[in-house]
Amino acid sequence: MDALLLQILNGLDKGSAYALIALGLTLIFGTLGVVNFAHGALFMIGAFCAVFIQGVLNLSYETVDETQKDFLGNPLKVKTPHVENWFGPETGAAIIDWSVPLAILFAIPVMIAVGVIMERGLIKHFYKRPHADQILVTFGLAIVLQEVIKYFYGANPIPTPAPSSLAGAFDFGVLFGFDPNAIIYPYWRMIYFVFAIAIIGAVFAFLQFTTYGMVVRAGMADRETVSMLGINIDKRFTMMFGIAAAVAGLAGVMYTPINPPNYHMGMDFLVLSFVVVVVGGMGSLPGAVLAGFLLGILESFASTTWATTTIPGINQVIIYVVAIIVLLTRPRGLMGRKGVMEE
Amino acid sequence: MSRIELSRRSMLKAGAAGLATPTVFAGAAWSFTNDPQGGAVTLGFNVPQTGPYADEGADELRAYELAVEHLNGGGDGGMINTFSSKTLDGAGILGQKVEFVTGDTQTKGDAARASAKSMIEKDGAIMITGGSSSSTAIAVQGLCQEAGVIFMAGLTHSNDTTGKDRKANGFRHFFNGYMSGAALAPVLANRYGTDRKAYHLTADYTWGWTQQESIANSTEALGWETINNVLTPLASTDFSAYIAPVLNSGADVLVLNHYGGNMVNSLTNAVQFGLRDREANGKNFEIVVPLYSRLMARGAGENVKGIFGSTNWHWSLPDDGSKAFVRSFGTKYGFPPSQAAHTCYVQTLLYADAVNRAGSFNPCAVVEALEGFQFDGLGNGPTLYRADDHQCFKDVLVVQGKENPTSEFDILEVVEVTPRAQVEYPSDHPMFGGPEASLGSCNPGA
Repeated sequence: MDALLLQILNGLDKGSAYALIALGLTLIFGTLGVVNFAHGALFMIGAFCAVFIQGVLNLSYETVDETQKDFLGNPLKVKTPHVENWFGPETGAAIIDWSVPLAILFAIPVMIAVGVIMERGLIKHFYKRPHADQILVTFGLAIVLQEVIKYFYGANPIPTPAPSSLAGAFDFGVLFGFDPNAIIYPYWRMIYFVFAIAIIGAVFAFLQFTTYGMVVRAGMADRETVSMLGINIDKRFTMMFGIAAAVAGLAGVMYTPINPPNYHMGMDFLVLSFVVVVVGGMGSLPGAVLAGFLLGILESFASTTWATTTIPGINQVIIYVVAIIVLLTRPRGLMGRKGVMEE
Repeated sequence: MSRIELSRRSMLKAGAAGLATPTVFAGAAWSFTNDPQGGAVTLGFNVPQTGPYADEGADELRAYELAVEHLNGGGDGGMINTFSSKTLDGAGILGQKVEFVTGDTQTKGDAARASAKSMIEKDGAIMITGGSSSSTAIAVQGLCQEAGVIFMAGLTHSNDTTGKDRKANGFRHFFNGYMSGAALAPVLANRYGTDRKAYHLTADYTWGWTQQESIANSTEALGWETINNVLTPLASTDFSAYIAPVLNSGADVLVLNHYGGNMVNSLTNAVQFGLRDREANGKNFEIVVPLYSRLMARGAGENVKGIFGSTNWHWSLPDDGSKAFVRSFGTKYGFPPSQAAHTCYVQTLLYADAVNRAGSFNPCAVVEALEGFQFDGLGNGPTLYRADDHQCFKDVLVVQGKENPTSEFDILEVVEVTPRAQVEYPSDHPMFGGPEASLGSCNPGA
């Protein structure tokens, strides 16, 4: 029982990332009809927003310490961050410590801008082209974005830790009467799950309860009719691309303490997120979220020793096996809508 | 590229020379692949320039460029000044200017073989060196054996490279999984006691398998029990599903047989799950990373603090050779070299010196010159290139993540220099292919 709970918890944070990325993918596909293979790169750029903010907060001035030597035997240049100089050592260190949460404030406008520029600058030229063309151009864009990040930040992962007060893990098992250490779960992963739920809720609320959202939903259902009413639906869809980019970016920012970011991290999530979208049902926002969490938890179960010894390699194929089963039994996915991607 | 065309005349000439020459030099008289022409010799540096190990590959390339500069008489000479063999004089190799071409392994066996093949066939490389992974090293070593060129391995730590997959044309300066186990286990037993239960997470490929076997054997010999070994796919990025059950498994030590990005993520995940803050079996829970790379360990940030591992070389070593290399490299590039850079630089000098001593670029003559070669002054103390398996035997460093680093490079500290005698093993050791393992015969190609 404790192992069951443990793997459900483990699946939630990975499922959160899948759900957030898949949500953005579905938003873009549902509004603009574009299959965006650069969406994983947006997740990665979001993560590097956190790296950038951490770097900015760590900008330092150097003082020479004659008592210590560097690797060449010269007096050591000791770096002190400017924020520690401006706000005092303790406050400055605390600001640096909270660089990841602070990066959220930076990432939202940056990611919206990146999304809008991407859509207006490149992707809009491919609206009327076949999906294969869209996939090729967005995949190419993803590779370009990766290489740009690698040029500036290198190929190695960059440590971007959570605030020290939110590091460590909580013994869940004790709450439910299990032995100590039976169900340990990191605080930050819990925060990630709650954050993901909040973002998903905010996106749904925006679409459901605002006039802007209502027009977007109407446009998703019948773009031509909405246009004939004199509404500039293209402009609103462009904004939705920006919002989808921001959702992916925020997922990336908050993911950095879980695994140190590197230039390739978007690709690691991209293919699986597409499977999530297909399993959830093309164009279905609730389907994307449901499938994200479902596949995250299943993947977690498939990585247990019991599963890998019973069926070797199951941890690497479980998502695809489930995708095949779902598509055979429900060709439109779990919550797919009739008519979407069926022409 | 200088292709070797075997004509009847050249065959007769070579055959006559072979008959008239003592056996030990016979190889030198035969034609061989990419015999240097026109006053220059081309070396092929095959390193990961793209992919997850690109930074390590870039550091290897820096070291190779420095080695070429020193071989051609540029710079301050680096370790040429401290090398016990004195054949290198800054006049290239055998009087030929050293040039180089580079290839991108992408840390993929197929890509590494393709780039090595291209450098041999199109660019005329007479020696291939580099790499940052055992699977690519084994793949390229096999290719070089077939092509008739020397392969001086870069960073490869699997026992198999000089074990069951050893080749006559291949040489490894870097240490291996067995040596890590033999060096690390006594330190672990000393620090953590002999009554420990270890849980291994192991990267599912040749390096992970042999390292896990080596560490398990060495620690079990000192009283530890291995209670589980879970193989993790090389492409894994999140190890939470593998780490979460560890605390409830009865283990009190987690051994991470991971390297590079795998190591960074698995160690980060393990610390996140609070393993180091907990107790198991009445003892503090401990984590061990048997193979450290200072360059890659930076990615794990503060999580490496206090964690034991082993390494082939470290820039803080006080011997003259290490100091000379760090000075050359640091002055040129502004930061200290990695262990990958060190082994690549050393391999280049060793190859050049072997050619000079053999008096020929013929791979078979170079093999004879390197086999059983004993040297010093290259940063690891007195070292032997064993003839039986082409593995270097030297001291091994046990390191620990530094608690109070003074700079971004000051991540590891050397806690023990394990003497060479402690990490030696017979060449027919079961972990290295047993009695069946064979170098085969040297192939000069052409």
